[in-house]
Amino acid sequence: MAYQFAEEKVFCSGHHACPGCNAALAIRYIVNTLGKDTVAVVPPSCIAIISGPQPLSSMRIPVYQTTLEASAASAAGIKRALKARGKDHVNVVAMAGDGGTYDIGFQALSSAAERNEDIIYICLDNEGYMNTGAQKSSSTPFMAYTTSTPSGKPTVKKNIAEIMAAHRIPYTATATTGYLDDLVRKVQRAKEMKGMRFIVVLIPCLDGWGVADHEGAKISRLAVQTGIFPLYEVEDGRKYTLNHGPQGIPVEAYLRRQKRYRHLTGEQIDEIQRMVDSDWEYLRTKFDS
Amino acid sequence: MLLNGNHAAAYGVKLARPKVVPVYPITPQTPILEKISEFQARGEMEVDIMTMESEHSAMAACITASLAGVRVFTATASQGLMLMHEMLHYASGAQAPIVMCNVNRTIGSPWGFWPDQTDSLAQRDTGWIQYYCENPQESLDTVLQAFRVAEKVLLPAMVIHEAFYVSHALEVVEVPDREVADRYLPPFDPPHRLDPEIGESWGNVVNQDMFYRHRKTLGRSMDQALEAAIEADSLWQELTGRGYGVIEEYRCRDAELLIVTMGCMAGTAREAVDQLREAGVPVGLLKVKLFRPFPVDQVRRALKGVPGVVVLDRNFAPGTGGFLHQELKAALYGLEGGPAVHGCLAGVGGTNVSPTKIAALAREAMGGKPSVFPVWKG
Ligand SMILES: Cc1ncc(C[n+]2csc(CCOP(=O)(O)OP(=O)(O)O)c2C)c(N)n1
Ligand code: SF4
Ligand SMILES: [Mg+2]
Repeated sequence: MAYQFAEEKVFCSGHHACPGCNAALAIRYIVNTLGKDTVAVVPPSCIAIISGPQPLSSMRIPVYQTTLEASAASAAGIKRALKARGKDHVNVVAMAGDGGTYDIGFQALSSAAERNEDIIYICLDNEGYMNTGAQKSSSTPFMAYTTSTPSGKPTVKKNIAEIMAAHRIPYTATATTGYLDDLVRKVQRAKEMKGMRFIVVLIPCLDGWGVADHEGAKISRLAVQTGIFPLYEVEDGRKYTLNHGPQGIPVEAYLRRQKRYRHLTGEQIDEIQRMVDSDWEYLRTKFDS
Repeated sequence: MLLNGNHAAAYGVKLARPKVVPVYPITPQTPILEKISEFQARGEMEVDIMTMESEHSAMAACITASLAGVRVFTATASQGLMLMHEMLHYASGAQAPIVMCNVNRTIGSPWGFWPDQTDSLAQRDTGWIQYYCENPQESLDTVLQAFRVAEKVLLPAMVIHEAFYVSHALEVVEVPDREVADRYLPPFDPPHRLDPEIGESWGNVVNQDMFYRHRKTLGRSMDQALEAAIEADSLWQELTGRGYGVIEEYRCRDAELLIVTMGCMAGTAREAVDQLREAGVPVGLLKVKLFRPFPVDQVRRALKGVPGVVVLDRNFAPGTGGFLHQELKAALYGLEGGPAVHGCLAGVGGTNVSPTKIAALAREAMGGKPSVFPVWKG
């Protein structure tokens, strides 16, 4: 598949991501869509590494590196100050990992959503604490291996999109790197809106998931096509629109390509299939209404 | 006007015209944020108040709003300050000239609401300027001084007063005119900001040498804060007739013993000094107003040739004792003809310390040898 996007050159090559990293790919399309009139906030994560060590920067915009739990509050502070200085047109985007979003940063995120802060918050969700060597987060899926869940995580992945939609913020969306056109359209849409906008982007992590260097986008597409990670958007926590849903491919096709699921028994795969089916049945009712 | 310490501080904030105020309630600080909200609701203050979900986030937003180029204020106490700890370092590291009021209150566990300076003193190494205030008027005046100093040296500053004794006690306070405050505090317009037009970033990973240099720079800013604080105080004195000094010496001439303390204990000690002087006992008071940076030279000058001092600490660090006692001993190191230093833990946890009690402690110190460690004196 080949894409053609009108990109503003904000993101530069020569950064420190693993070769083939899908987080870097996502960041490129996010910041190049938001453009130069943007300030970014980044907490400790692979995103911070990709942002670059002093005095280098991979982005031609101001990047404020904050603490792990404070992204949403930090972004809100910048936006309020820019507004006070008469620069309300500047986009403020927080780009945080799943650990910095689902776990330690969740309190600040939920509060920023409740206050309907005029910021774009993008979670680059690689389903674990990769920067510290692949430990579990509350985004890690059921049965996935991480260094802190060596027998597989016994509990299910937290559903952050539904949690954020329940805050009834103007815009919530899911996206992933296998559907870059969809990601770019969602970032563009978010850019044109005001108030709190939240996008969770599923990022296959080559190292943390045990995926071949060239397979990130393929895994990402399988996540959608198996129904594990449907792509949709929600306006005001009410109006649900499906963009890409399951295509009848069994979850096994997704799981078997990743080392983090290597230990799974046939029964466990069946159990995951049942869970994914049931989650999809529940979610699809929201699109009907 | 008849104002308590918290409302007096809020009037100081109003005169300073911060643009963004992220806050989170905690007793006994809450009246500060309530008063600011009231000023805003009445249209007397043009300010964006951010009602955060925690002090940690309040400080996170303070830092970025400050780095984006606006004047910022917040207030907290006790547990709130404890929760901010990570961000206090982050603020000074970013050289964000935030001004924050902290109302000294005991830290749990167990729970308490009492005046005790341990909360802010335990933050002495976070790179914040620290001022301790004795009464509502001083808190108001110090808020404005703190902004002037913070913005000059690019460090955050804490203006501190104690729970209830100052925060809730009503006193007659003179609120300066708008014109005076505006002359004293020019608009905040830093050249380095988070702004796409400028394109500068902050917080990236640095190497060891860069970190080393950064810490040195921070130290230099803190050193410069002393000069800046002296300048800020004398200009304030010129404009309003009120100055405090970084330390205050009260009836110190020919004294054989000086009582050294901070905060509202200084007010009580002043009375004790008067009582003792009346009885012919040569005692004076040294009040430390600026605690960070610690005014080492000023303190050494004040104590040279004085036979003895008694330090009163309404705070306690297990294992080392009173904070002021430690700092004072360190400041006096190697001073020829320096005083014998007695340390008293007095008023820890908010217990009442009367002028009579302080007078008794002073007499006792004059008669005895000091112990290395501070002594519990109720
Ligand atoms: C308060 C605090 N605790 C722990 C850390 C250590 N830490 C740095 S990055 C990280 C993991 C972040 O995971 P995630 O947000 O998912 O980002 P990823 O590395 O996966 O991109 C942790 C735990 C920290 N920086 N701050
Ligand atoms: S660890 Fe994963 S997310 Fe991080 S840079 Fe490498 S591939 Fe990208
Ligand atoms: Mg992660």
